[in-house]
Amino acid sequence: MGLLSGKNKEVLVGPLSKNNPVIVQMLGICSALAVTSKLEPSIVMGLSVTAVVAFANVIISLLRNTIPNRIRIIVQLVVCAALVTIISEVLKAFAYDVNKQLSVFVGLIITNCILMGRLEAFALGNSPWESFLDGIGNGLGYGIILVIVGFFRELLGSGTLLGLQVIPQAFYDFGYADNGLMILPPMALIVVAVIIWVHRSRNKDLQEN
Amino acid sequence: MNRDSNSYTIIYASVMVVLVAVVLAFTSQSLRSYQKTNEDNDKRQQILRSINVQATPGEAETKYNELIRDAYLVNEKGEKTEGDAFEADAAKSFAEHKYPVFIANINGQEKYIMAMQGSGLWGPLWGYIALDDDKNTVFGADFSHAGETPGLGAEISATDFSGKFSGKKIFREGEFKSIAIVKPGKSAIGQDYVDGISGGTITSQGVDRMIFDSLSAYVSFLTSKNQ
Repeated sequence: MGLLSGKNKEVLVGPLSKNNPVIVQMLGICSALAVTSKLEPSIVMGLSVTAVVAFANVIISLLRNTIPNRIRIIVQLVVCAALVTIISEVLKAFAYDVNKQLSVFVGLIITNCILMGRLEAFALGNSPWESFLDGIGNGLGYGIILVIVGFFRELLGSGTLLGLQVIPQAFYDFGYADNGLMILPPMALIVVAVIIWVHRSRNKDLQEN
Repeated sequence: MNRDSNSYTIIYASVMVVLVAVVLAFTSQSLRSYQKTNEDNDKRQQILRSINVQATPGEAETKYNELIRDAYLVNEKGEKTEGDAFEADAAKSFAEHKYPVFIANINGQEKYIMAMQGSGLWGPLWGYIALDDDKNTVFGADFSHAGETPGLGAEISATDFSGKFSGKKIFREGEFKSIAIVKPGKSAIGQDYVDGISGGTITSQGVDRMIFDSLSAYVSFLTSKNQ
């Protein structure tokens, strides 16, 4: 069995589309609203969650045969909390501005449902390598949605991408105005909804009656 | 080994907690110096912005050392007291009645920079306000917040807002009046005013209170050498 055999590939790639944590499983919506008003924090948040899910998955998977059943949720929480604290400290040391923008949301990665969901549903029953792939897949699946939402919100809301002006001044001279509503949280929900709409119309088997 | 026994569970939990504590303590200790540098540079950037100087984190220290000539703490009577103004945490030193003052020298003119602290809608607000050497006219200001609503209250940290303060006066006929933050379009009687943030009413009121409360503490310092 190779490292990227059929099943492992499915574990890694599935969450990017058919089994996406945000737009199919509806997990992690809260932070998807909060940090996506700009593209840069969306990317950092996506990467942070990916790192946390992947490593938490590996650690829990390694410990899975030793964890006492009665306190397994507590063990999972402690592992997540420790990893999130480390990520937050690292951001404070090496990406201070981004950390300021993400502020409390880094700490709130702990409460991201994707994390506990993957630990409980996958890592407790699978080997470390598969769990690692599952974590990367789910983290990236979450990250992709954040980046798409962040892209549209920053472009339409501020006329910039990653802080650089992309809508030319000439547009503004003709009376184009940035849509301030895009910056507000409700528009994140609407953008996510539009993504879900597009996704489901392309994947008919996901449609509910 | 029986994984469901009480002793196994307790030992497991204890070992795990100790291990995690060691790892976290080690991370925190080893990254502390980097974090301190970032925090200090961030503070220097804020102080520099209040005298209308934009600096990147990398050049903040050089520019700060170049422009800020002196920094000290004053008490409510306006006298210098013990302590390091830069290291002082605004909220803590205000509680101890010690107020940081930074003296900047710009084109041969002295600017007095004072710290401010208050609270907004979701959490603390703080900032710096710089006065010309008449100790009355505002030269510049900068506001920061811990977690105001992005796009609304958080706009107080934008230069669009802080830029409106320059040229305003905090004293009228020798009496401390502060600067009011009003709803855009409204005006304030008997004192200078600045338009607040539309949609950020509570934060704007917080800034209004912060300026009044914080500068009140400096009144003796500002008036003592005036006459």
